Amino acid sequence: MPETDPMAEIRASFFIECEELLESLQDGLTAMDDGDTDSETINVCFRAVHSIKGGAGAFGLEELVRFAHRFETVMDEIRNGRLDPTRDTIALFFRGADILYDIVRASRDGETLDTTTTEAVLGDLEALVGGVIEEEVEEEIDFAPMTLSLDPLGDDDGESSDAADDSPPGFAISFHPNAELFASGNEPRHLLAALQDLGEMTTTCDLSKLPALENLHPEEGAIGWHIELTTPAREEEVAEVFEFVDGLCELTIKARGNAAPGLPDLDSIVIPGTADDGDGPTPDPAPATAEDDEPDPEPEPVSAAPQPTPPKPAPTAGAGKDSKQAAAGPKATVRVDLDRIERLVNLVGELVINQAMLSQSVVEAGIPANSTVSSGLEEFLQLTRDIQESVMMIRAQPVKSLFQRMSRIVRESSSMVGKSVRFVTDGEATEIDKTVIERLADPLTHMVRNAVDHGLETTEGRLKAGKPSEGVVTLTAAHKSGRVVLEIKDDGGGINREVVRAKAEEKGLIPPGVPMQDQEIDNLLFLPGFSTAKEVSDLSGRGVGMDVVRSSIQALGGRVTITSEPGVGTTFSISLPLTLAVLDGMVVEAGGEILVVPLGSISETLTLQAADMEQLGAGTKLVRIREEFVPILDMAVQLGFRPALESYEGSSVLLITMEDNTRSALVVDRIVEQRQVVIKGLQESYGRIPGIAAATILGNGRIALILDPADLIASAGSSRSLQTFDLAG
Amino acid sequence: MSLKILAVDDSRTIRDMLKLALAQAGFAPEVAEDGVHGLEVLEEMAQDGTPPDAIITDINMPRMDGFGFIDAVRAKSAHSAVPILVLSTESAAELKARARASGATGWIVKPFDPVKLVKAINMVAGKGAA
Repeated sequence: MPETDPMAEIRASFFIECEELLESLQDGLTAMDDGDTDSETINVCFRAVHSIKGGAGAFGLEELVRFAHRFETVMDEIRNGRLDPTRDTIALFFRGADILYDIVRASRDGETLDTTTTEAVLGDLEALVGGVIEEEVEEEIDFAPMTLSLDPLGDDDGESSDAADDSPPGFAISFHPNAELFASGNEPRHLLAALQDLGEMTTTCDLSKLPALENLHPEEGAIGWHIELTTPAREEEVAEVFEFVDGLCELTIKARGNAAPGLPDLDSIVIPGTADDGDGPTPDPAPATAEDDEPDPEPEPVSAAPQPTPPKPAPTAGAGKDSKQAAAGPKATVRVDLDRIERLVNLVGELVINQAMLSQSVVEAGIPANSTVSSGLEEFLQLTRDIQESVMMIRAQPVKSLFQRMSRIVRESSSMVGKSVRFVTDGEATEIDKTVIERLADPLTHMVRNAVDHGLETTEGRLKAGKPSEGVVTLTAAHKSGRVVLEIKDDGGGINREVVRAKAEEKGLIPPGVPMQDQEIDNLLFLPGFSTAKEVSDLSGRGVGMDVVRSSIQALGGRVTITSEPGVGTTFSISLPLTLAVLDGMVVEAGGEILVVPLGSISETLTLQAADMEQLGAGTKLVRIREEFVPILDMAVQLGFRPALESYEGSSVLLITMEDNTRSALVVDRIVEQRQVVIKGLQESYGRIPGIAAATILGNGRIALILDPADLIASAGSSRSLQTFDLAG
Repeated sequence: MSLKILAVDDSRTIRDMLKLALAQAGFAPEVAEDGVHGLEVLEEMAQDGTPPDAIITDINMPRMDGFGFIDAVRAKSAHSAVPILVLSTESAAELKARARASGATGWIVKPFDPVKLVKAINMVAGKGAA
């Protein structure tokens, strides 16, 4: 069946639509939770669940239909004003939405979900309306009334209904439309035609009710029909033809001959139209993808967004309530294969490289800067940058879906540890590259869980400290100077530095008694193997520490920092590049090789003076930078390009500030230039290489490695940064 | 000439399926996203001289629901007789009464089934020359 292919495509887009609907459900519930119980807000929520149910039904996703139906029914009570949208009720709805999300996912991936939680949530939901909701039964058939309208003219006798005679099976039908039948847009002609499809038919027109011409109103039913239908069809199939006009006409259907028996039992009736294929009315939506080459002529703004989230307005903070905007119809979007975008991104990358090559040739050719070639190149440069930004924007996506996932994490983890938590978000419309968003989910999940589990005090603890019993976890996103900054903030007790310190000493992560600044202690949380949890709780005992969080954020070219104030709370800030495709870098030379260092990790550059340098032990050299000694690291040595130099006097140095605010001085032979480079991943071909983040192609066509300075420094000796404390303290 | 069908549903999935099923059955489908949009498309079709031979509409929709849409269509003299089928998940007994009160010609209960749909259209709009 060739039509299964477009069905598979529609099925896929159904799940995308589900994501959007779940998002608007979340939005609506959040709005309700904030006190907006406007009927349209409630309607949006209801419709979201309702639409999921409708689509799920079309694909025979029974589990999804079942849950959505019962969920929707409870919601309907709010819509009808029979149930108050209290905070507890809304909290339950949130749980319902979570389960719905799970069932959608499971349905999409063909997995089976453990029904224990499903049933528990349904039980709680249904308790709101006082009982179990009947599952939707196909109860749409009630032909019974038809037998009541006895038409005196109908008995065309000759073939009596009781006759088990030899005449062929069939029905004697008498049909006389009322005026209302015409008013509802029904047309007897079509009904008769439909009847004809069932078998042999002879029709006699009954004009007995036809008034005199002067009294004739064309819209009133004046004509009736007597029909002799010879058919193997069953009585309900015949009755079905008249389903829509039931009550709008006088109708009798009498079986004749060996007519197929009528309805044995009203409850066992099959859906009209599917009478002959008893099971699932759905065409098999299963296999293969294929082109949907059906032309699409309609002028309406068809929304077929390829992304789970439709594009929302500009990347600004404070998205606020846009559930109502959503109701007003999404913006026009185009559906594009991700591969095509990847190709475009790559091509633009080539363009950037090509432009760099061109610039270099122009310089080498000695063409003066005020020439038309140079100014043309200048414009070309600007255009390239604009194109590049626009292309990156195609992949950009609001962080909203991510934030909604986090709100679920807060709900789940707070109920697990028995804390009452309010989750506040801001800047949901902030856009980041899709790949970055995907890879942020795990680290964010961990940090949000941490905020609930470790960050916030217990309810008693909060009351004792004079705080409201409900803790607040805030997640914000914003664009700041070309980067995206995410913050996870709790209003808990702050980091208990004494405990952290003691723990670190106990685990041998730091020597006992080292003088340390507050921030340095806070940063101990990022050390591998560190955990402040007194015992491994359900939440934190997942084998993931903050060190893993930090390294996954670093892998995205990002940084994490902590600020904490005792009694007030803790904030984790994540700063990320807007895209993973381009990077502002410092091009340097070390040991005769050209390398690129991400600009974001360099805090300053300087030239080494003999007076500022100190020797510590055998191999460690230090440089004094504003009253602080910073270890010197020779990049060429670290990368194995050449042995250490006798003297570093006059060498150029990049001062690298690490996420924990410790610093290192990276010696290079020469700083070449500062420029944007296109990132080419190496992982696929070479796997992960310590100290190397990626590669790029330079203007002269040469390949240069892009360094991961933090990684390089860490592999040079993770204890080194602590040595600076000894001297600085 | 194939029958022109206007299908109104706020779910993109259902719209896609309607379009597919209608086109496969040899009809010429147009779709709209809600009642308000449905009226716009209806007017465009009428202005192009290709008014729909039948309309299919969902009930639960933003901006203008199915009942409001049917009322509005019936209020226009040009479309007072066009057959309108309601496609809904509502259970039939209740639906029938409400749909009929608002001027619907017939109703189809979801889950959406192409066979049922085509049959119902033929029932209310007759068979096109197709």
